[in-house]
Amino acid sequence: MTRLLTTYFIGLLFGLGIAISGMANPAKVLNFFDFAGNWDPSLIFVMGGALVVTFFGYRLVFGRAVRAPVMGEQYHLPTGTRLDIRLIGGSALFGVGWGIAGFCPGGALPAIGTLNPAVLTFVAALVAGILCAKALRNLTNPAAAKAPRPQTSPKG
Amino acid sequence: MITEFTPLQSLFGGALIGTASVLLMLTLGRVMGATGILSGFLQPESHHDWSWRAAVLAGMVTAPGAMLLVTGQLPEIAVPVSMPMMIAGGFIVGLGVTFGAGCTSGHGVCGMARLSRRSIAATLTFMTFTAGTVFVIRHVIGG
Repeated sequence: MTRLLTTYFIGLLFGLGIAISGMANPAKVLNFFDFAGNWDPSLIFVMGGALVVTFFGYRLVFGRAVRAPVMGEQYHLPTGTRLDIRLIGGSALFGVGWGIAGFCPGGALPAIGTLNPAVLTFVAALVAGILCAKALRNLTNPAAAKAPRPQTSPKG
Repeated sequence: MITEFTPLQSLFGGALIGTASVLLMLTLGRVMGATGILSGFLQPESHHDWSWRAAVLAGMVTAPGAMLLVTGQLPEIAVPVSMPMMIAGGFIVGLGVTFGAGCTSGHGVCGMARLSRRSIAATLTFMTFTAGTVFVIRHVIGG
């Protein structure tokens, strides 16, 4: 119960950050990317603030004497280092979709709470896209779909 | 549509996002990536794995309500995009973040903070393509 309450408050904190920062506002997000139009540089401050806090915070977390998270057995971190076509192609596709809609997943999920029809539409389409991609991936590579995810030390 | 430049508000919001990311790593040892959390919520490995994802998502979704209680207003959401474009954009984002294994929060914040090569490459790629897409839609097609 403590674990779920804690994670609930972490989600709330993240959602408040998204709501306050402007990441849940497509007009603002799209203007950040519109260098040739009504450029709004606010999102640099969102990314900057989040990155600085996470960069130093992670160092404190991984530097603790106990080499495990407070409420778990191990850190779950991606271990891959290869820059493959799936990573780059997928990220390029994500960029195209973000540029069309103005929402990224982290911006849209907290915004569900406003019950704004555009947000709900985006999230429904997002879920459909995720499930479609997963189904495609399982079709083309059934072995990888069943293999357990690699999870090890904080070295990334 | 012109939007107001909000450096302090955005910096504060960003710091909250960062704090949440650090706390999730400290407590559960998990990456605060919206894509990863949602994806695992939709197709969980076990009940134990599902419950924390559901709790994080519940926290996220209640944030606008909490903001309304404290400040008296919901976060501003202005959508200069048509519904069909919203559907197309959402679907493409869903495909992209699944193949790319992350989005702005997972790659752009958590992965970049770990100086992960893959996350740095992913972030540079999606930022470039987002800007390119906005340019094409607003200044090439839209004129």
